[in-house]
Amino acid sequence: MTYSAGYGDPESGGPATAWRDGWPVYDRSGTVCVIGAGPSGLTAMKNLKEQGFGVDCYERETSVGGAWNWRHDRSPVYSSTHLISSKPFSQFPDFPMPDSWADYPKHTQVLEYLEHYADHFDLKPHIWFGTEVVKVEPAEGDRWDVTTRSTGGYGGERIHRYAAVVIANGHNWSPKRPEYEGLEDFKGEVIHAAQFKDAAQLRGRKVLVVGAGNTGCDIAVEAAQQAARCWHSSRRGYWYTPKYALGRPADQVNDTMLWLRLPLRLRQLIAHRTLKTTVGDLTRFGLPKPDHKIFETHTITNSQLIYYLGHGAVTPVPDIARFHRNSVELKGGEVIEPDLVVLATGYHPVFEFIDGNLLGVDASGRPRLAMHAFPKRLPTLAVAGLLQPDSGLFPLVHWQMVAFARLLRMREAAPAKAVAVQRRLEAELDRKWTGAKVQGTSRHWFEISHTVYLKAIQRLLDELSLEGAVK
Amino acid sequence: MKVIRTREWAFPVAPARREVRRATPEVDEGRPPLLFVPGFGHGAWVFAEHWLEHAADRGFPAYAVSLRGHGESAAAPKATLRAYAHDVAQVAASLPRRAVIVGHGAGALVTAHALARYPARAAVLLSPVFGGAGTALRNPMLSLPALFGGGLRLPAGQLFSRELPAGAARGYATRLGRASARAQWQLLRGRTPQPPVGDPPVLVVGSPDDRIVSDAALRRVARAYGGAPLLFPGMGHDLMLDVRWREPIDAILDWLEKSA
Ligand SMILES: Cc1cc2nc3c(=O)[nH]c(=O)nc-3n(C[C@H](O)[C@H](O)[C@H](O)COP(=O)(O)OP(=O)(O)OC[C@H]3O[C@@H](n4cnc5c(N)ncnc54)[C@H](O)[C@@H]3O)c2cc1C
Ligand SMILES: NC(=O)c1ccc[n+]([C@@H]2O[C@H](COP(=O)([O-])OP(=O)(O)OC[C@H]3O[C@@H](n4cnc5c(N)ncnc54)[C@H](OP(=O)(O)O)[C@@H]3O)[C@@H](O)[C@H]2O)c1
Repeated sequence: MTYSAGYGDPESGGPATAWRDGWPVYDRSGTVCVIGAGPSGLTAMKNLKEQGFGVDCYERETSVGGAWNWRHDRSPVYSSTHLISSKPFSQFPDFPMPDSWADYPKHTQVLEYLEHYADHFDLKPHIWFGTEVVKVEPAEGDRWDVTTRSTGGYGGERIHRYAAVVIANGHNWSPKRPEYEGLEDFKGEVIHAAQFKDAAQLRGRKVLVVGAGNTGCDIAVEAAQQAARCWHSSRRGYWYTPKYALGRPADQVNDTMLWLRLPLRLRQLIAHRTLKTTVGDLTRFGLPKPDHKIFETHTITNSQLIYYLGHGAVTPVPDIARFHRNSVELKGGEVIEPDLVVLATGYHPVFEFIDGNLLGVDASGRPRLAMHAFPKRLPTLAVAGLLQPDSGLFPLVHWQMVAFARLLRMREAAPAKAVAVQRRLEAELDRKWTGAKVQGTSRHWFEISHTVYLKAIQRLLDELSLEGAVK
Repeated sequence: MKVIRTREWAFPVAPARREVRRATPEVDEGRPPLLFVPGFGHGAWVFAEHWLEHAADRGFPAYAVSLRGHGESAAAPKATLRAYAHDVAQVAASLPRRAVIVGHGAGALVTAHALARYPARAAVLLSPVFGGAGTALRNPMLSLPALFGGGLRLPAGQLFSRELPAGAARGYATRLGRASARAQWQLLRGRTPQPPVGDPPVLVVGSPDDRIVSDAALRRVARAYGGAPLLFPGMGHDLMLDVRWREPIDAILDWLEKSA
């Protein structure tokens, strides 16, 4: 296989071929730049290489794995994290996780898997570790100037020009921190879940966990076992699905229904029934009733929370009204006295190195991308892994990147057809990728159903098959 | 390429203990690992006999897997073709680097299915038995019993050339097992494998004197992968056990040095 660029490494440079604001720009020719070496960046590199592209990847940390490397300073992963999707949904579709692993592997295994993926496909020689991307700017001919420097800002900046850019910087690292009245006067400790690493942080304390996403529920369960007290605040009711149903991983049961082609309503009915007869009505523990049907938001998968609610080790409470010096007042008037508050309120997407207008970012910070990946009018730019699936992320981002690599190939082989595909994608800029009615909070901006989304990917791949292009 | 695989997700292949035999070079020269996949009834031992060591001597780390229910792998009387392909993809993905997969006989069909689930660096299909009606018609005495759950019969005379001393041939033949009845059915039904992922170069190798795979069948498989077969006249179906075992493996390694 020949690579369209083999110009040595970006560090050694060679003569600058252009200038930008008085700085030299080193031309990397047909090479594609990948920002980040988490799961999304790795699969971007692997699939671009497979389609014959040269790749340079910049990673601000000194190792691969992104969020799954819990030693990375921005990793949101804590010591007890296990996958919430079972193996068939969690692995790259062309690189199975080992049979010897359990249905729901631990975060250290996921990291091992990603390291192995990087070695197996010989990706590491293409990664510039300890290097962060600080600027991405359009250059002539749909190309991109990427400014990098060593992480932390030591040393000078360098600009390289690329044929295309994949943004794979992750969207689970910039904490969403709600504002509360009286918070600055509160004497207890307040941390975001991003700073929670280990159950030892909870030991013997009176803990209030805010937010009932998967993170909040995991931390509440840890607090139930370690803390002196645990209150769990949620502002709405959710469906808490157990990891196993009918003797099998719950997501496999759900896909059995999909395989049988049961319509959404029937699946919802069956799931509601199953949960009702097994888990039961959660309002009996004082939890709010879900304000939506199941499958309308990505599920919270946690078998243990219900167990600890039943043991009285977790006390469900409503949303926070305000903070006082020594206490927290809840909506409804109750006052509690935690000495540690963990805000498990999720994360914001941040693209600090690129003009937000290019990604269609609105005032609330929400980007507007076709299939949550392809910005309007910028055929050589893609965002990888900006999805909140009802299953695992890895297979989806794999196919996104197969499609992007093919799109780039088609631009060379059949430019007119590539433009047509691009236009078609842009026409669906605001399409929703869930069958269900999605809840409106920012937690659900990138919500997708894996089957609805993959159907769209299938269509895109069919359009991009080069045999089709020749005809 | 089919991206929605609800059946595979809903019903993943159950894990099974697998026998993997290996021979690795003294010094790692960065050559791609080879994974050999034996055909129905055969175990990893058929490659351990000559080819693994030979490949390692030429600098290629070499591995052979026994499909579930074969060799020293766990018993699997209900195994499907998909389970066999899963075994191959599992071992391939466990290797340190992107692997070359070499499948023999019906193991070539298993390999073809695995290629749709693992982006091999290259693949070699040896005396490929891709199934379908042709296989059954050419080998009625072999395959008829399979239709009645009896299992494909593989007499020594069908597998080796006359050059192989009768004692050795009988010795090999007694070590043969059988694939599950279900997998044999699926073989005879001959479902076409999905296209390979990652666009690997594929070489088809065989013998015009193979008594199980006809010359036409060999050419058909080669054509499907865009080439012509590499032929070793005078050899039997089991190229890796025959007296002149060295010729095909050397040709394969030469091809790999050039193309992968
Ligand atoms: C607690 C927790 C559990 C989760 N569990 C699951 C699960 O069970 N299943 C699942 O599918 N998903 C899960 N996720 C989602 C998880 O985010 C994804 O699995 C995955 O890690 C996303 O990969 P990514 O590569 O897109 O982003 P990340 O993993 O965040 O990787 C981004 C990489 O980009 C680098 N980077 C960022 N900015 C720059 C820059 N400017 N320059 C250079 N490098 C940069 C970062 O250092 C990082 O290495 C979980 C998330 C959390 C928080
Ligand atoms: N594998 C695992 O075990 C695992 C573990 C943790 C996380 N994850 C994944 O990681 C990602 C992030 O999960 P997450 O749980 O950290 O975040 P999340 O899913 O965004 O959940 C945030 C929670 O905080 C609530 N919240 C947000 N802002 C709030 C505010 N101002 N006041 C009160 N409540 C507020 C949200 O309520 P609303 O619903 O009302 O917005 C929601 O309950 C998800 O993809 C998740 O699936 C996986």
